[in-house]
Amino acid sequence: MQLIAEQLLNGLQFGLMLFLLAAGLTLVFGIMDLMNLAHGSLYMIGAYLMATIAAASGSFWIALPLAIVLTALVGLALERLLIRHLYHRDHLAQVLATFAVILIADDLVKMVWGPAPLMLNAPASLSGPVELLPGFFYPAYRLLIIAVGLACALLLYVLVAQTRAGMLVRAGASNREMAAVMGVRVPRLFAAVFALGAALCAVAGALMGPVLAVEVGMGQNILILALVVVVIGGIGSVRGALVGALLVGLVDTAGRALLPTLLKAVMPLNLAANLGPALAAIAIYVLMAAVLFFKPSGLFPARA
Amino acid sequence: MQPVAEPSPLDWQARLRAALPWLLLGAAVALPWLAQAAGHEYYIGVARRILIFALAATSLNLILGYGGMVSLGHAASFGVGAYTVGVLMVEGVADALLAWPAAVGAAALLALVIGAVSLRTRGVYFIMITLAFAQMVYYLAVGVKAYGGDDGLSLPGRSRLPGIDLAHDVSFYYLVLAVLAASIFMLNRLVESRFGRALVGIRENASRMEAIGFATFRIRLIAFVIAGALAGLAGVLFVNHNGFVSPAALHWTQSATLVIMVILGGIGYRYGGVLGAAALLLLEEVLSQFTDHWHLALGLVLLAVVFAAPRGLAGLFSRRVAG
Repeated sequence: MQLIAEQLLNGLQFGLMLFLLAAGLTLVFGIMDLMNLAHGSLYMIGAYLMATIAAASGSFWIALPLAIVLTALVGLALERLLIRHLYHRDHLAQVLATFAVILIADDLVKMVWGPAPLMLNAPASLSGPVELLPGFFYPAYRLLIIAVGLACALLLYVLVAQTRAGMLVRAGASNREMAAVMGVRVPRLFAAVFALGAALCAVAGALMGPVLAVEVGMGQNILILALVVVVIGGIGSVRGALVGALLVGLVDTAGRALLPTLLKAVMPLNLAANLGPALAAIAIYVLMAAVLFFKPSGLFPARA
Repeated sequence: MQPVAEPSPLDWQARLRAALPWLLLGAAVALPWLAQAAGHEYYIGVARRILIFALAATSLNLILGYGGMVSLGHAASFGVGAYTVGVLMVEGVADALLAWPAAVGAAALLALVIGAVSLRTRGVYFIMITLAFAQMVYYLAVGVKAYGGDDGLSLPGRSRLPGIDLAHDVSFYYLVLAVLAASIFMLNRLVESRFGRALVGIRENASRMEAIGFATFRIRLIAFVIAGALAGLAGVLFVNHNGFVSPAALHWTQSATLVIMVILGGIGYRYGGVLGAAALLLLEEVLSQFTDHWHLALGLVLLAVVFAAPRGLAGLFSRRVAG
């Protein structure tokens, strides 16, 4: 029972972090029709900035907002220098250009910070476990990740569903040309959305730093998971990204925790030990294939 | 996107275009002699690797360029071809006449399964479904510890082919070159055939082709399977070249690299795959000798290509493009 509760919380935490990446990705994709492989690089840059500032200032809490703002600025600069010139190009040109950005970003990070992974520690006040229920302990830092993730999701919901800026974003996602014709200042909207996506990447990168390693290439595997989330949720839909992210987070975590145990019950021990992790890693792809089989445009298509 | 040759025989560009493949073939045939004469046998291996990836990229170009199917799972066929040869050899079957057709068949069968499901979707969803299948195969290879799992599988030697000593580096090089040349010849015939024209027609307007009576799904699926089989053949050559195969050959970054090669070389151009594979691998080879930060330099070159040669390298040689 405790194992299940713990895995549920782990899944929630992982899902919320995926949501932060997928939200930016789905907006950039849905509104600007831009296939951005470099999204994972912004996540990496956020994590590196966080680790550096935290080490220099000695404070997790000073570093967090600074890393977010700086990464948003990096995102703005990237949009101004490169991404802006790709909007009118086809997807494959965008893939090639943003793949080039991955190569460049990885090497720049290696030049500045060196090839070794950086250490980033959780703040001392949150390093211990918390007793959630009598006898049930859970790491305090992971609770913080969940709290920040939920806060970001709520903030995004308010921003997209309740504000004028959010209305423009939704208009852009459902019909770009029409929104432009109706007077939406598209270049400014695009730049703002891209910077917002970068900031969300930084939140995820900074928070995941103490849990995972801060290293070159950290963005590439999570990028694929974020893309899976975007496709499950429906391109352009923030709500879909949230549902998709939680689904992927829970299925992935539950698969890793429970599948090996289940397999051991039905097949020889060493075969189960081999196949368990592989099947768990496959689970989210099966999930995506199943969702797309029944809902070919994802769960919440933005373009109805 | 398909280049159309200018009819004027006086046009030097058209002549160059027609002569280029033969010039490249001549250079490839002469290369081992030149390398040996210069005492740089190392480059025979480099060139062989380029030829192998040229085959993989060319097979992807059939579905990506002519069929408009952006598969981000092409490494699955490539890797399955490589793994089949590796696993059979570890199990004692080193005979190429048995192992290679089995490997190509396995890759084709995988492509048939993936294609049958994926081709029902379009656009980004197609990209992601093909990626999903490839990732499943990747994690399967990681999970099967009996054949190396994460660490990969080392081969005791190269396959045995009656009449040709594959262990001899130059002989193996010429076999790879012959396989590539034969595959390109076959693909060129294919895209000029009724089947190839139909494939391009479906790329341009699937519903119209459907309406005038073409079995669009079947034509796309056949192209997908042919591309998968050829990628498997490239995998067969790759594992013999490398003497080693690991799940990295199946990873999505490998699929992405193949897509990058095709975009770089020229999507839907006859020699786009060859040019792209050669350019990317040569750039890697050259840049990595000058600087440790060759990723950075390669990235800048790719960015330059995006803006200076939007139709890829092959597009630079051809003036006009049919819509």
